[in-house]
Amino acid sequence: MLTFLARRFISSIPVVIAVLALCFLLVRIAPGSPFAAERALDARTKAVLETKYGLSGSLPEQLLRYGSRVLRGDLGDSLKFRGRTVAEIIGQSLPRSLLIGSISFTLALALGIPLGAYAAAQHRGKGDSFFNSLALLTLSTPTFVLAPVSVLVFAFGLKLLPPAGWGTPSQLILPAFCLAIPFIGAAARLTRAGLLDTLNSDFVRAARAKGVSEASLVYRHALRPAILPLVAYAGPLAANILTGSLVIEEVFAIPGIGQFFVNGVINRDVFLVSGVVLVYCFLLLLFNLMADWLTALLDPRIRLSS
Amino acid sequence: MIFRRVFPGLLGLSCLFFFSGCGSQPRADLVLCNGAEPQTLDPALVSGQLEGRICAALHEGLTRRDARGKSIPGAAQSWKISPDGKTYTFTLRPDMKWSNGDPVTAEDFRYSWVRALDPATASPYAEILFFIRGAEDFQAGRAPVAAVEVVAPDAGTLVVHLKNPVPFFLSLTSFTTYLPVHRATVEKHGDRWTRPEHWVGNGPYRLKAWRVNDRVCLEKNPAYHSPERIRLNRIDALAVTRASTAFNLYSSGQADVLLDKGLIPSLILPKLRGRPDFHPAPLFATYFYRFNVTRPPFDNPKIRRAFSLALNKEAVVDKMTRGGEPIALSLTPRGVPGYRPPEGPAQDEDTARALLRDAGFPNGQGFPRVSILYNKSELNEQVAVEVQAQWTRALGVQVELRNQEWATYLRSLDTLDFDIARSSWVGDYDDPLTFLDCFATGRGNNRTGWSDATYDHLLARAQAEANPASRFRLLEQAEEILVSRAMPILPIYHFVGCLMFDPGKLDGLLPNLLDEHPFAEIGPKGK
Repeated sequence: MLTFLARRFISSIPVVIAVLALCFLLVRIAPGSPFAAERALDARTKAVLETKYGLSGSLPEQLLRYGSRVLRGDLGDSLKFRGRTVAEIIGQSLPRSLLIGSISFTLALALGIPLGAYAAAQHRGKGDSFFNSLALLTLSTPTFVLAPVSVLVFAFGLKLLPPAGWGTPSQLILPAFCLAIPFIGAAARLTRAGLLDTLNSDFVRAARAKGVSEASLVYRHALRPAILPLVAYAGPLAANILTGSLVIEEVFAIPGIGQFFVNGVINRDVFLVSGVVLVYCFLLLLFNLMADWLTALLDPRIRLSS
Repeated sequence: MIFRRVFPGLLGLSCLFFFSGCGSQPRADLVLCNGAEPQTLDPALVSGQLEGRICAALHEGLTRRDARGKSIPGAAQSWKISPDGKTYTFTLRPDMKWSNGDPVTAEDFRYSWVRALDPATASPYAEILFFIRGAEDFQAGRAPVAAVEVVAPDAGTLVVHLKNPVPFFLSLTSFTTYLPVHRATVEKHGDRWTRPEHWVGNGPYRLKAWRVNDRVCLEKNPAYHSPERIRLNRIDALAVTRASTAFNLYSSGQADVLLDKGLIPSLILPKLRGRPDFHPAPLFATYFYRFNVTRPPFDNPKIRRAFSLALNKEAVVDKMTRGGEPIALSLTPRGVPGYRPPEGPAQDEDTARALLRDAGFPNGQGFPRVSILYNKSELNEQVAVEVQAQWTRALGVQVELRNQEWATYLRSLDTLDFDIARSSWVGDYDDPLTFLDCFATGRGNNRTGWSDATYDHLLARAQAEANPASRFRLLEQAEEILVSRAMPILPIYHFVGCLMFDPGKLDGLLPNLLDEHPFAEIGPKGK
């Protein structure tokens, strides 16, 4: 296990370096200056700012300067939000996205897996086609439709929940559900497909022949190997869902990290973008690692050391 | 299952952060939707209106704005103006203190202005201090700091020498870049001095908390010179960018005021008219198109004129903007007392076609394909589509739409890589010079390549003119060249500001030309 972890850690280092360097270079190559504004900035002031933030000189020089700072644990300052460090922005906004994201992730799995299992157990029955259609509907409804419609229904129609804002538990419910719903459908479909495969396998047939009840067969014996595809999917999903969503954050006025991915690029705020990409990259590697580890736990045929 | 063990842990950890900061406190006395997240709260670095509003609550300039946007005595209790209008002697209030108890002195103002001019500060608005003698030379590195003619002979007196008579100087002294900062705090904490734990100011409010992308929390400053004037103890300014979200917050009572038309969904604007809580008012701002006069076909004034005459601006405001915007025939909006903005030509399709024919393109035949450049936004696109359709129909020309995201669009403007580009300009102070100066030769905001010696000369003469009426006549002549003769720009409409608040609950919020709404003026109705 330790060897496995050490090997994965070492192999992640070049990935992180490559992602960070590529991100930095792409934002710097993109046309437009991070200091440009509707009101034109004179060349001298622009030069002062470029020197101040270490963005003067050739691109490789800038990249080296940035790289050495990151190695010292300094992610730099935001170019748009003057006086704020990238670490401070991430430190304030990431926990909020983690909170909403972890609720959504839990919801996606807690609802998706039983729904998928139920649909598989009812294979080709009415329940199956109903849940299949429902899963397709949730998967194909974009959040920019789902979020405003849910605000209209639950906040202004039924007056059950606040339409937006941050600070009270009731303000978490709508955004967490809206973020989770497409993934509930995805989790249900993956579980269903995995279960149907497993239910046709030899060991299930053998168990059935021994007289194991259908419910116990599905939930105790078949589910464990059947959710392997879902586990592989859940790794990147967790990283994705925990780093927030631009649409959900804007619609519900959630001060999370998701909007910095998009707005940082628009503003050419290179250190901020690189910082949030680094966080995303780190979470992605972490959750993929966890998914691999879980797969090994669930599937006795897989050994981590091999 | 691992999910059961790991995720409750993650949830718990995140909850720790959830109930921290000002959001967990009881609701503030006033919650405003202020627009996007403030980029900075350092007055020397602020370039946007939403940051300016907060700075005006945290710092008080020599003059301050009242609810009507008029400049009234602030940190200065009185002033004397020399007969030539070039020297202002301000007498500061004797009882003025910073929020940490230090006295506010004339030297603080001198320091703050010089700091904003210092190239090392890299202030995006340093230019607005160039009315002061020696300021421009110091900022450009041509003169030492001593050349900036702002003198503090004693702690309570500030003498300012101007290059020219500036009739609106008392309006400038309430502008964000002119606000004072606390020297010891700025020098001790550098870029980080605006953090709530370091911040020191002299305004009616002090900075209690500032949560990224969420809110800025202000509370009454007990050290303010006239605490009885402050009507509310706590104000939260929310950072919300999406109009529908801001409007939802307002409709559900989570916010009391929407401070910007951009925070009201444009689709419902017509429905809001007539509602008692909807307060539209003209703004000192103009939406216009720039022509690139450095390359064909718009290097030809006849073609610029033809395109201007062919546009039906009423259709643009009726169909697209829908906020009751007045169409713009001049660049400077109406509303500056004594200034009559000269009107450019109204729509005249026949003359437009004749001009195009004279330029060698009868019915648009042989006219090169041109494009309208705009930055990505729903409104810009809608306006561009309407203008495109009108020009194609009226002139028979082919017009393309060129949509770029913000930074790329700004670079295209700066490098004159466009045929026609959408633009807007918001006046910084209540004088036409704030608009007209943009188009003087070589100005960074010219962005058309246009240069006209007569125009430059008229602007220079106007600035040297001591008589306000004669000064306005000269500026009118300059503007006439801009909008009626040379036409490097095509004004389309003047902006309308829209405030939303319940007039039965709040007062002290009055729509005004400069869209100035000092927080300290706002309070519960009748109290």
